Amino acid sequence: MNEHDEIRRIIKAISRLTIGIVMVTGLIVTLLIYYMMDPNVPAITEWLTKTETTNNEDPDKVENGIHVRTGLIEAEGLMSVINNCTNCHSAKLVIQNRMNEERWISTIRWMQRTQNLWDLGDQEEIIVNYLVNNYPPLKKGRRQALSDIQWYKLEN
Amino acid sequence: MKRRAFVKKTALSSLAGLVGAPIVFGRKMPTNYFPVVLQDADPYQLFRLDQEMVVLNNRPWNIEAKAHLLNEDITSAENMFIRNNGIIPKDIDASTWSLTIDGESVKREKTFTLEELKKRFKHYTYQITLECGGNGRSEFDPPAKGNQWTVGAVSCAQWTGVRLRDVLEDVGIENDAVYIGYHATDTHLSGDPNKEPISRGVPIEKALQDETLLAFQMNGTDIPLVHGNPLRLIAGGWPASASGKWINRISVRDRVHDGAKMMGSSYRVPCKPVGPGEKVKDEDMCIIESMPVKSLITYPKSGAIIGLEDKLNIRGHAWAGELEVSKLEYSIDFGSTWQRANLDQPVNRLAWQHFSASIEFPQRGYFEIWAKATDTEGNNQPMVLPGWNPKGYLNNACHRIAIKVE
Repeated sequence: MNEHDEIRRIIKAISRLTIGIVMVTGLIVTLLIYYMMDPNVPAITEWLTKTETTNNEDPDKVENGIHVRTGLIEAEGLMSVINNCTNCHSAKLVIQNRMNEERWISTIRWMQRTQNLWDLGDQEEIIVNYLVNNYPPLKKGRRQALSDIQWYKLEN
Repeated sequence: MKRRAFVKKTALSSLAGLVGAPIVFGRKMPTNYFPVVLQDADPYQLFRLDQEMVVLNNRPWNIEAKAHLLNEDITSAENMFIRNNGIIPKDIDASTWSLTIDGESVKREKTFTLEELKKRFKHYTYQITLECGGNGRSEFDPPAKGNQWTVGAVSCAQWTGVRLRDVLEDVGIENDAVYIGYHATDTHLSGDPNKEPISRGVPIEKALQDETLLAFQMNGTDIPLVHGNPLRLIAGGWPASASGKWINRISVRDRVHDGAKMMGSSYRVPCKPVGPGEKVKDEDMCIIESMPVKSLITYPKSGAIIGLEDKLNIRGHAWAGELEVSKLEYSIDFGSTWQRANLDQPVNRLAWQHFSASIEFPQRGYFEIWAKATDTEGNNQPMVLPGWNPKGYLNNACHRIAIKVE
């Protein structure tokens, strides 16, 4: 084996390795892009759910239509709300509130004006739609009936 | 071990989430940004709370009592509502704490250490009612934004401190003083160090009242951290946000204080009444001063079942902002008829007053007990919601509990 063949062999090995790396990277990138387009890829979601049920602490577990970690209603736009609306305050503040589109938007403007909320860009529409659809105002009238009464026998 | 794995997972999933629905990275994005929603601390342990206290918000911490938890004459820390606009300060050192008095209307700026304040000025103890301006917000229709307090954002503890007046007189204030504004060490939710979460205050007349304190003790011991240790302002009868916690500076202003949550619609109501849901311009909103007359039935807990032959002894408290309560009435027939309850005098000005009554029911069935207090100027609590306002403040509609007679 002369020196020339040796070099050729090395070059071949390197190029094979490079192709391998490129292919694996390509595969990962493709999967990531796929996941970016639709985070609810059945295979990935399944895999996540499976790994997470093993220690029972899935951060994105949904139970009875509620995103367990935050308490928010699972619906279109949920991830946008979590990512943009729970950095400063907890989701509990969102859940307690019920507003129409105009007032949700004015709340966002107030947070942008005074609370350092960033420009939401094209996420704003998604977020506002999510809020209006899932947390609309409820009619309460001038006084509601007493509810959730827990009856108990009063001992004298 | 498990917890660590969880935190790691949460972080990872947040990052995955970031990829899933990209944030438009604003220029103002806080540097300490990391979307960990969880606060792993147990508030009941952290703040030593009764297990029945209700957490409305865990970032920032906002927790309220239920009516029956407030039965004590003097509210203990375990039943005291917690209201925060920002993040509770960490690593407080009372031994190095100081308070600076500055502003346009001081003769000269002056700084006192906490020890100096305690040594140089006479101590006073008052029992003071502190009620959140938004207590009762949950009942407004259309709903108002913010923490949806029901009835439990009120307390009446014993506060010990020095009079703000004594301190201001020592510093010397100019005749043009109009307002005082506090500054404190809690941090803004966004993490922006240049923003104060809240910096409110009161007109100079309120600041100079006997009961307006720079307090360092609550119920005879150091103030708990969450309630403002080591030093807070106490300005009773006004929205509790006027009683700033963790204060290290008070500015004597020659104008109405313009700190955070003084402006816009914060702690303000329409200067003239508006219809439900009406839009109100900021300039038509007026700062809330004295809180309205109100009462709470604290015994029995709503839902009591009694026998027809049983007498029901009820208890509760009533308060009226800057004023006193002159009369407490209750109704067991949905407001058709009213009876007088026994009403105690307050232990001092701005403390709530206790009431009690013994009730016999005319027949079996479902009853509600309604309580209605009247203040010394003849204002009483409405049976339905008072005037709607954009931020849902000042709901003093009468409190109701349910009773079944068998």
